[in-house]
Amino acid sequence: MKLELGFIEIKDIQFSNECKVENGTLFVDAEAVKAFVYEDDDVKAYVKSACFDIAKPGESVRITPVKDVIEPRVKVEGPGGQFPGVIAKVDTVGSGRTHVLRGMAIVTAGKIVGFQEGIIDMSGPGAEYTPFSKLNNLVMVCEPVEGVHQHDYERAVRIAGLRAATFVGELGRNVTPDEVQSFETYGIKEGIEKFPTLPRVAYVHMLQSQGLLHDTYVYGVDAKRTLTTILYPTETMDGAIISGNCVSACDKNTTYHHQNNPVVADLFEQHGKTLNYVCNIITNENVYLADKQRSSDWSAKLCRLLDLDGVIVSQEGFGNPDTDLIMNTKKIEQMGVKTTIITDEYAGQDGKSQSLADADPLADAVVTGGNANEVIVLPPMEKVIGTLNYVDVIAGGHAGSLREDGSIEAELQVITGATNEMGFNRLSAR
Amino acid sequence: MSYRVVHYINQFFANIGGEEMAHVAPELREGFVGPGLAFNQSWKGEAEIVATVVCGDSHFAEHEKEAQEQILAWVKELNPDLFIAGPAFNAGRYGYACATIANAVKEQLGIKVLTGMYEENPGADLKDKILIVPTANSAAGMRKAAPAMAKLALKLMKGEKLGASCEDNYMPNGIRVNFFEKERGSKRAVKMLLNKLADKPFVTEYPMPSFDRVAPNPAVKDLSKATIALCTSGGIVPKGNPDHIESSSASHYGEYSIAGVEALCEATHETAHGGYDPVYANADANRVLPVDVMREFEREGKIGKLHDLFYTTVGNGTAVASAKKFAAEYAQKLLQAGVNAVIMTST
Amino acid sequence: MVKEIERAGIPVVHMCTVTPISMTVGANRIVPTIAIPHPLGNPALSKEDEYALRKKLVTRALEALSTEVEDQTIFEV
Repeated sequence: MKLELGFIEIKDIQFSNECKVENGTLFVDAEAVKAFVYEDDDVKAYVKSACFDIAKPGESVRITPVKDVIEPRVKVEGPGGQFPGVIAKVDTVGSGRTHVLRGMAIVTAGKIVGFQEGIIDMSGPGAEYTPFSKLNNLVMVCEPVEGVHQHDYERAVRIAGLRAATFVGELGRNVTPDEVQSFETYGIKEGIEKFPTLPRVAYVHMLQSQGLLHDTYVYGVDAKRTLTTILYPTETMDGAIISGNCVSACDKNTTYHHQNNPVVADLFEQHGKTLNYVCNIITNENVYLADKQRSSDWSAKLCRLLDLDGVIVSQEGFGNPDTDLIMNTKKIEQMGVKTTIITDEYAGQDGKSQSLADADPLADAVVTGGNANEVIVLPPMEKVIGTLNYVDVIAGGHAGSLREDGSIEAELQVITGATNEMGFNRLSAR
Repeated sequence: MSYRVVHYINQFFANIGGEEMAHVAPELREGFVGPGLAFNQSWKGEAEIVATVVCGDSHFAEHEKEAQEQILAWVKELNPDLFIAGPAFNAGRYGYACATIANAVKEQLGIKVLTGMYEENPGADLKDKILIVPTANSAAGMRKAAPAMAKLALKLMKGEKLGASCEDNYMPNGIRVNFFEKERGSKRAVKMLLNKLADKPFVTEYPMPSFDRVAPNPAVKDLSKATIALCTSGGIVPKGNPDHIESSSASHYGEYSIAGVEALCEATHETAHGGYDPVYANADANRVLPVDVMREFEREGKIGKLHDLFYTTVGNGTAVASAKKFAAEYAQKLLQAGVNAVIMTST
Repeated sequence: MVKEIERAGIPVVHMCTVTPISMTVGANRIVPTIAIPHPLGNPALSKEDEYALRKKLVTRALEALSTEVEDQTIFEV
């Protein structure tokens, strides 16, 4: 399956009374985006208000509480559309051509559960830790209608964000991309014939699926109701997987992370040179032990069935998902398939604790995204998009995290994407 | 003014002799001796060795207590900014002496210390207690080892923040420190996998820990006479979380009375835990802390008594060391209260 | 945490869903439970059935506490 991505560089966003992309600038009419977002019944029913703001790299701006980050894209050739099974109808994506508004994102903000939303600082020390400080962000701050059930509200804000991204992505349909890249993996036999001497490598992509507010959706299906299965890597790149997660901000995979999965990108870079990139294996992280056992059995079984030589396993979240990670790794290694895993650490504020909840000697090749408990001080920002009301209670914060001068003392956990377990960042620990 | 350093070396590096002179007792000389020159050169006047302790390796091993007392007395008197020992490369007794004396200087005099040796040197067993710079396995590695040790030594003397072990070149000491790598994680993972597939050496960024075990205690003989306590890591707290237990990475535990409480309910209890979907526990906290069932057993006489207090923590993102400290602390309270057994629930 | 209570000399049973973690951290008496968000309950059941389920699990925990063990033992329900 072959996918072409046409990248349109977005260097600036400006509010305007029309909507267009011109010379690297996105001109956007907030009312038009809002009207499109509100065409959805759930949004109408549960989202009281949606306000827009713009945050640019280097500005003295803090966005919080952040729910999701989404890259606007549009399908210009081939089957399917953006976010199949959620926004577009269910069609297999991952082939044809998709235009990407690169350098920007839609950020959804506002309280969902109060303790699992994150912070994005556009400048200062916090900006070093989040990849989203480098983007031009169109921020949509949502407020719930009174008395709404938080599960309904999460769904409504999730859809609102995806709809905003779809609307903005559409503006890139007829723009000539600054750069076009193509990505292709092959059928099993075809791949072996093409690269007979290269090691067969796949990506075991673990999806957070612990509960209604800790979920990931694949073609619109709640991942906790799925069995471990196979995707073409280009399907992931084309919006097949979206985030519905309100988990600790530092190591949750936003929709942007799924669209720009760095493991997929870096395996493609070596594809046909040092390895044969066979496919992605997606597996969940459920709360029932039987599910953990079944899903990890299936990961290992598929690795064997595909005659793989090696896999990269990435995790999402921490705590009991550490067990899913270790189960996957152990069982895959026992099938004779070599593993390298990507995780992050909870080693305590002093760094002296054991970093993972589970361990096994077979997990002998580990890449870490850093210690999420490390304490950081974020200086006050001139402008806050959203509200600072939840800083003390979000995961990684504590009573008194928010100081009088507007500065924040908290663990890295609070920063969206800081210790990402797909290996999105350079942060590490020893 | 430059920083003042005391250096420790053995008889061999002091040019007294080899194995045949390993019995010599500790001796204090002014200024640098032997390898100390290389340190002084690296420091370019910012720091200087003011005195050198020379001690025979066998002497230190056989008269450890006396030798240590003597050396500590000298170092105390000199009160340097740093005590540096070795490098000992793969010399076993020398490495042991360097690590042991450095640890004693740090612990007893509160002076900053540094040593260097080969990773398999038995002295490296103390790497979690003192900073040790890894070196080659023979003195041929001096040219590299001396500047490496000198660099870290200067950083310590200046009181600069210590970076990660791979950045500041010391043996991993059990303290995890964040830093920015040159390449992103996914790229490092691909490289690591390619090396693993090609049977080439690779270095894991997080070596798997080993776990200690505690033997099980004897069973409860007669449940009908036993006081049983409920504890949880599921963050069950009185409604409103009065002690502000954090949703993740908790800094304290909760101790709450359930005396006279027949069952937990939505109006009285909830969870502070941030790691799982809280809806079910908030609606009915007995799903995490089974007070209702325990009360029935108590009425039936199946158990003697449900302990009046329960202990609660948030497991989510809470460092193992903190969790251990909390439990060790409340275990003593449970013991004193005469509790015979504990049911611990986790989410 | 269970280990610290055991170390203090009090027999302890660990009721948890992810028994592999319990094994890894060194609990000696382990009773597997229903699911992470509701270890001792199941919101899909009626109030009565849910209570009966919880009673069964806690009964098993008490059995574990009154059973001598030499090594880490999972008391299946």
